[in-house]
Amino acid sequence: MTPEMKGFMLVSVVKLALVFTFVMILVAYSTLLERWIAAWIQDRIGPNRAGPKGLLQPIADGLKNLLKEEVIPSGSNKVFFVIAPAISLMAALLIPLTIPWAAPMPLDFDLTLPLLGRFVHRGATPATVAVLPIGFLFVLAISSVGVYGIALGGWASNNKYSLLGGIRATAQMVSYEVAMGLSLIPVLLLVGNVSFPQIVQAQQQGPLGWLVLPLALSAFIFLVSGFAESNRVPFDLPEAESELVAGYHTEYSAMKFSAFMIAEFASMVTISMMFVTLFLGGWDIPFTHWDEAGGMRLFWATAVVFFVKTLFFLFLFMWVRWTLPRFRYDQLMALGWKVFIPMGLAYVMFIAVGLWVVEGPLGVTSPAARSGLLFLLNLPVLVFVFRILDRGRLIRGSSTHRPPAAPRPARAA
Amino acid sequence: MAIGVKVMQRPGNEASYVRATLTGMALTFRHLFRRKITMQYPEEKSTETWTISPRWRGTHRMLTDEQGRSKCVACGLCPQVCPANCIKLVPGEDEEGNRYPLIYEIDEFRCVFCGYCQEVCPEEAIHVGVHYENAEYERGRFVYDLERLSAQTHPVSSLWDPMDPKGE
Repeated sequence: MTPEMKGFMLVSVVKLALVFTFVMILVAYSTLLERWIAAWIQDRIGPNRAGPKGLLQPIADGLKNLLKEEVIPSGSNKVFFVIAPAISLMAALLIPLTIPWAAPMPLDFDLTLPLLGRFVHRGATPATVAVLPIGFLFVLAISSVGVYGIALGGWASNNKYSLLGGIRATAQMVSYEVAMGLSLIPVLLLVGNVSFPQIVQAQQQGPLGWLVLPLALSAFIFLVSGFAESNRVPFDLPEAESELVAGYHTEYSAMKFSAFMIAEFASMVTISMMFVTLFLGGWDIPFTHWDEAGGMRLFWATAVVFFVKTLFFLFLFMWVRWTLPRFRYDQLMALGWKVFIPMGLAYVMFIAVGLWVVEGPLGVTSPAARSGLLFLLNLPVLVFVFRILDRGRLIRGSSTHRPPAAPRPARAA
Repeated sequence: MAIGVKVMQRPGNEASYVRATLTGMALTFRHLFRRKITMQYPEEKSTETWTISPRWRGTHRMLTDEQGRSKCVACGLCPQVCPANCIKLVPGEDEEGNRYPLIYEIDEFRCVFCGYCQEVCPEEAIHVGVHYENAEYERGRFVYDLERLSAQTHPVSSLWDPMDPKGE
């Protein structure tokens, strides 16, 4: 092995450890954040006992789950019962490895370690563990593997509620995967590439570069499908407490239950990172160009910006969770198949035609002008979707069909 | 219709789902910064807005006279009126003919904290107390004897007064 290859491997292993640790810490603390936000929205204080301000709560939770007894139900299929949480966790933790979380870092070293020999690295290293040419196709593929864990876990538990939860999860994730895939086609049309670094690079051109402007409806569909993919409220039907006990993880205890929880939160982190990378310019700092120059200072600045953007979406996930009630199952399916999939398909056509018009007859080639024009084209679409299509598509309470009952006279005393 | 049925004012056909969602999210966002109503219980037991009611009926207390003897004259009214049958009283009499309780025990597990014993007591000896922290390590410790009842120091309950129903 050449010193360059060894250097590359060393850097990759360090990055792998770094990203894994970072995601796990983020997941641990997002459980705390979730409980805090739940409390604040309900005018409570939230966890504040373990450590200063409750900051050691995730560690206490983890320790508790490690020390608890693991129950494997006697009627369960033991192999699948044990494998299922591992599949979920693995799928959820693989995706952050492909996402660029900062500008490339300048890294030059030439060191000789005892026993291992000489390591050499020249030039900049991308802030991703794996720079995949297939980009978000890989993400779509791996996120579909996650549903195997849930379905297997539900089936192997030998419990009807678990099974129902698993089946619901499968149906839901398969449906919304289609919508999510359709919402990503316009990105491919506009950028011309599926790899994440290319998508981020394409969004660095000017203040209009972020794809959330020219592809606003795509961003909306992606966000809502992301909620459904990560089984969060209002789409958390696989674990609907009121009807399914706890859904697919009813029979799980201790660390296996924790693994499912970590997988859920990790997929939330993943969807946030994906949204930031695909539609919000990734690590791009808006309205500046110095962030494209390279350098160490830039690396840290962009990493912080990416973190802040991701954190905002984590907050959004929790904010929505403690605001909205859960969908009914037929409403969930109707929304997926009858609204988002046709809408996504129509939007693909719309963007394709729009791009053809802008680039062909109008002859606009500058990326900033192109996305500006597309944004203008988008405005009537947004008005159509959110004002006209949305009207009357409300989820009716039982009393809305009748006129309000006339106030009855107070009973004579 | 019975008295005061609440009729929900649901939105009519005006509201759309997206707009309703955004309205709801604005509402919850405002709540993020509201003053919190949590009372940090073991540290703070009352706030400006909440104190325990003086009519609270908790574990009992036996009042004593100036010589430190219990005021109880063992008349037997409280075990008679007690709906839960939780008071055990064995009366005794001294040389001067004064009655006093030889044994006076209240099983706080059986007690339903109705406060009838305090209401019926002619000597104002037995009271229910304004007290709620009663944890013990053994079940047996919940049978309070006369000594323990007399040793309690918490305030006694001022029961509901029909002449003054709102406690003014």
